Amino acid sequence: MNGRRPQPSLCDAQEALCVENLTVYYGQTPALENVSLRVRDRQYLGIIGPNGGGKTTLLRAILNLVLPASGTIRVYGKKPGETGGLIGYVPQYAGLDRAFPITVREVVLTGLTKRTLTPFYRFTPADRDTADALLEKVKIGALARRQIASLSGGEFQKMLIARALAVRPRLLLLDEPTANVDPSSCDQIYTLIEELNAKMTVVLVTHDLFAVSSQVQKIACLNRNLVYHDETGLDEDTLHRLYGCPVDLIAHGVPHRVLREHEREDTP
Amino acid sequence: MIDALFEYQFLQNALICSVLASVVCGLIGVIIVEKKLVMLSGGIAHTSYGGVGLGYLAGFEPIIGAFLFSVLAAFGIGAINRRGGTRSDVVIGLFWSLGMALGTLFIALTPGYPPEITSYLFGSILSVTTTDLWLTTVFTAVVLLVIVMLFNHWKAYLFDEEFAAIIGMRTAVLDYLLLVLVALTVVVLIRVAGIILVLALLTAPAAIAGMLFPRLKQRMAAAVAIGCVLCVAGLWISYSLDIASGACIVILSVSCYFACRAARAAYLRRKRKKAGRRAEV
Repeated sequence: MNGRRPQPSLCDAQEALCVENLTVYYGQTPALENVSLRVRDRQYLGIIGPNGGGKTTLLRAILNLVLPASGTIRVYGKKPGETGGLIGYVPQYAGLDRAFPITVREVVLTGLTKRTLTPFYRFTPADRDTADALLEKVKIGALARRQIASLSGGEFQKMLIARALAVRPRLLLLDEPTANVDPSSCDQIYTLIEELNAKMTVVLVTHDLFAVSSQVQKIACLNRNLVYHDETGLDEDTLHRLYGCPVDLIAHGVPHRVLREHEREDTP
Repeated sequence: MIDALFEYQFLQNALICSVLASVVCGLIGVIIVEKKLVMLSGGIAHTSYGGVGLGYLAGFEPIIGAFLFSVLAAFGIGAINRRGGTRSDVVIGLFWSLGMALGTLFIALTPGYPPEITSYLFGSILSVTTTDLWLTTVFTAVVLLVIVMLFNHWKAYLFDEEFAAIIGMRTAVLDYLLLVLVALTVVVLIRVAGIILVLALLTAPAAIAGMLFPRLKQRMAAAVAIGCVLCVAGLWISYSLDIASGACIVILSVSCYFACRAARAAYLRRKRKKAGRRAEV
């Protein structure tokens, strides 16, 4: 024992998400180093950054799927692992088996499944109605009985959003929800997320700078360290450093910031 | 064979054992095919050979030894995989070889004449004893009960284990429970197809059902029925031609799988052609 008392957490229980000095290692390799982040209730945070920058790792740490080496995480004042029902999660599209024999409604019902392993647990008609209502909300109500293998990329993502909403979350985490999705479906998904933000806090991980910057209220740039966050100002140099290519930034009024679409160029 | 069935106890035992084996094959087979745990099941099956050898050496029922080793392998592979840091196929391969090596060693150390181990390696459903049958019945009942009792939880866990963990489901319990069920299934199937041939019986009915039915419950029911037909037909051929029953059932199962696959490919080709012609018109 070193006799040192654990530092009290500076996180406020009213904050939707509070991350302090978070460090995560994969083996000997650091994935996140001293990342601190705060998100207020019903804020909309966009997390951008290059591949391998630690965006998904941050979400996985919040979800208690990876164990941090150090640091504090609180979701509405609760530790990861004690947040059951507070967080809705939309994972990356590629991580799931689309050939799995399950219907769209059944996927949404998995979000309503009882947490305890109660023997002979069956869904009630009310559960089915809830699942159908959620599918209507994400505009794929007509696909409830379809097998997931027959869905398009956009429909699949909407289904995953409906499943995340089945948990009745206060914080919605989305990991690249528009990857492999056509532009029209992208727009629909972003509009849907914006609507949901009226009722819950949203944290969106994405590579889509243009779309996200026209919607989110805060942008965090993550490349192992948190390069930018909130009030300090997101400038072109920061983005250039982060992505290794020129990124033009156009002021668009408070609190939005707009990043113009750019073509990737080699770093001089 | 029908007359002989009424006449001989060993044939009745074999038939009951085939039906029970089909039930576990259908239920667990579909899960391991969907969860991509076929190689893990092979690892558990082959590790059980160590238990068979220990049974002979220590003088207890070899099938009990197979059960103990299967469960130990299931927990060992599961624990190492959960801890991470090692590729699961490496761990499975090592358990696979270790089990076979220990079995060979224990049998070599067994005093007296070397025991007859072919029935454990390649199955011998016609030599199923009443004790085997009771054990098979109990194990099948446990597998059936656990799958039916937690069906909705299994579905959520199999589709997206991470999401199940996020919403607070105890996925570690389901992980280990599934491995124990695989171990029980392997023990049930050792008498039918043997340690070496068990994989075909676990996967063929499930894979055929997967081609025919879109839903999990339907696939499980269909795999049970298909397994039943394959086992009983294999048994009948084996009895009629007086050849090894395990090999007969496995050859029939694998042939049926490839026949179904070819038929499905031909059907899809014809369907695509028809659709193309309609589009041209």
